[in-house]
Amino acid sequence: MTTEILARIQFAFTVGFHYIYPPLSIGLGVILVMMEGMYLKTKNPLYEKMTKFWVKIFALTFALGVATGIVMEFEFGTNWATYSRYVGDVFGSALAAEGIFAFFLESGFLAILVFGWNKVSPRTHFISTIMVSLGSMLSAVWIVVANSWQQTPAGFHIVGQGLEARAEITDFWAMVFNPSSVDRLLHVLSGSWLAGSFLVISVSAYYIIRKRHLDFAEYSLKIALLLAGFASLFQLFTGHQSAVGISKTQPAKLAAFEAHFDSLAPAPIYLFGWVNEEQQQVKFGVAIPGMLSYLIYGNTQKPVTGLNAFSPETRPPVNIVFQTYHFMVAIGVLLIIISWLGIFLWWRGKLFRHKWLLYVFIFSVLGPQIANQLGWMSAEIGRQPWIVYGLLKTSEALSKAVTTGQIWFSLILFTIIYILLFVLFIYLLNEKIQHGPEEADEIQSEYEHQKLVLEKNKTF
Amino acid sequence: MEFTFDLNTIWFILIGILLAGYAILDGFDLGVGSLQLLVKDDLERRILINSIGPVWDGNEVWLVTGGGALFAAFPHVYATVFSGFYTAFMILLFALIFRAVAIEFRSKQNSKIWRQSWDAAFCFASILIAFLMGVALGNIVQGIPLGPDKEFTGTFWTLISPYTVLVGITTVALFMMHGSIYLAMKTEGELQAKVSSWINNTIIFFVICYVTTTMSTLIYFPHMVEHFKSTPILFLVAILNMLAIANIPREIHHKRNWHAFLSSSASILALLTLFAIGLFPNIVLSNPNPEYSLTIYNAASSQKTLMIMLIIAIIGIPLVLAYTISIYRIFRGKVKIDTHSY
Repeated sequence: MTTEILARIQFAFTVGFHYIYPPLSIGLGVILVMMEGMYLKTKNPLYEKMTKFWVKIFALTFALGVATGIVMEFEFGTNWATYSRYVGDVFGSALAAEGIFAFFLESGFLAILVFGWNKVSPRTHFISTIMVSLGSMLSAVWIVVANSWQQTPAGFHIVGQGLEARAEITDFWAMVFNPSSVDRLLHVLSGSWLAGSFLVISVSAYYIIRKRHLDFAEYSLKIALLLAGFASLFQLFTGHQSAVGISKTQPAKLAAFEAHFDSLAPAPIYLFGWVNEEQQQVKFGVAIPGMLSYLIYGNTQKPVTGLNAFSPETRPPVNIVFQTYHFMVAIGVLLIIISWLGIFLWWRGKLFRHKWLLYVFIFSVLGPQIANQLGWMSAEIGRQPWIVYGLLKTSEALSKAVTTGQIWFSLILFTIIYILLFVLFIYLLNEKIQHGPEEADEIQSEYEHQKLVLEKNKTF
Repeated sequence: MEFTFDLNTIWFILIGILLAGYAILDGFDLGVGSLQLLVKDDLERRILINSIGPVWDGNEVWLVTGGGALFAAFPHVYATVFSGFYTAFMILLFALIFRAVAIEFRSKQNSKIWRQSWDAAFCFASILIAFLMGVALGNIVQGIPLGPDKEFTGTFWTLISPYTVLVGITTVALFMMHGSIYLAMKTEGELQAKVSSWINNTIIFFVICYVTTTMSTLIYFPHMVEHFKSTPILFLVAILNMLAIANIPREIHHKRNWHAFLSSSASILALLTLFAIGLFPNIVLSNPNPEYSLTIYNAASSQKTLMIMLIIAIIGIPLVLAYTISIYRIFRGKVKIDTHSY
């Protein structure tokens, strides 16, 4: 295999594995704020029990997010040195801002969130929870800004010629608010809220079916369902906004989403299908004629730019983009149905009566995870052959000093380590779930607990 | 080279400060990691691990931010060093992953084998990280082969020389000393007596390494002392460094562990300052062709980016200091194990 393919596989694998965890942290962070906020408001110890349990799960996902995230920070330099030289002036500031504004906030207050229960007042603890949640979302802001700049570069100019050429910043805010940043950020955030809320829904449904920790599980599930109901609809809205944006900024990607080849024709939307790229046809497809034209222009007859408008070497691979995109949309729709069915039954007072729905809830945790991965695949593969859209090709962005053998070595090691990490993660997650929340008689109110700890410390 | 206090110089200093912050903060927790196998009892080990429990990941953020700042301010250095040191850097990344996971996982199970394996992984990873960072610094002093296109032209084995290995071992020794002093602050009773007894040994270990490294730098890499010859006042930094190191045993003797820790931090800062002065205005020396060296000018981003980054730093650094200080204040004092501990 060539260095390029190997380097791409390595980046895709490491970033894909990393992306299991940050969305969980972002989503759980919001749920923790909701739970602890309810605790402070109602003083109901059940909410405290919930917060403490989910903090433990949060800490686990956070640790894996940090461990796999450090790799990402440096992989641009190790595998994509030419890219780093080309974009460092623009892209680097977003990464540095992420470090200074988000990571310090997150990791600092995480210490209080996890270890500070007996060290600070409940109020300060709640503020720390908010800060951690805010920090995790801020890191999404900066990393999505950096990635969006690769999709729709803005606020820069090219200096130098040939090998010396590089992008230099001309307008920082134009770079930050490049044409796709906001749409994509909101899409990423609501995808993360879905990841967190469906994890809570899944674990809670499991407890309910097993008739364990019933109060705890029912309350947790309801809180998560509220977030899921909002986020699943919001996801549809932000997805639509993104697609309209892409029709203007990256028409080749949008055309690949729907395998639309002929620029002069109104474009349909496929429910499913299999793209034959040679014949430029969608096989076994079911389409709604003119629907893509309608969604973008509000007119079913208006032509949409097709793939044939681009020279063959600047088109993305079509079928994989088509499939990943369609599966993502299908899962998104399913999540809307599941969460709103749940909310409807909750309103009718029958939420926990349907066993089949609880089983669906248990497996629903996979939905946002798979959709998040697929969404990123269609976004990133749909940008090919460009690493920075219209400016720099992926094949030209590699490290010149790195050999195929070196990438094989690191790729094999990453694979072994990440498989090990994933097995351990699932194992520990399962342990925590089986152990369940600490029972009420084990933890008194936080005030009592503090007194107890103080007493104990005095006797030493 | 004329010294001008421009944006490039400011960023050279700021990245130095980020790395010094990393070395001082993660230095002690790498040191604790390297030493924790010396106690056998599980509760004692947990106390050592929990002494860094709430702060280790915040400490690591200094490295991540340093990397981001290097990318933004000196993209050529970021690209050349990380692609050039590829294999060494991958090993460093694996060690960082293992360390993060080991501390998170070790107390999740009661099994003895489980805990001992993770503890061993934690110790090994901590030593390896410190060692590799030292090797990287050694290579920067020694210089690495660069081409006219700023690309590294050597191999993994180019990076390993007696000198770079020596700097690696010195770094391990430095962090062990720093970590043992930190532990003396965070423990009490019998365990404190135990960790205090490590301090003297680690100081001796460090001083031997330090003197050897200094001698070989002076003999083999005289370019590192040119600025000290032309501007003798800079020699004060070297004197301050010696005083800081000499002050550590004195403070320990008087049972002022906090002052000893400050002294040890000051000596890390002074060491990195000496290193930075020797290097300036180069960031990566090219050896054998010094004309290809990466300097704060030919490797930097545009003035506009450096200015934007400076504004980000001016807003961000006070926030970072505020979080860091308040976290250390909240978790000050001796370690107590409770249900939320590792």
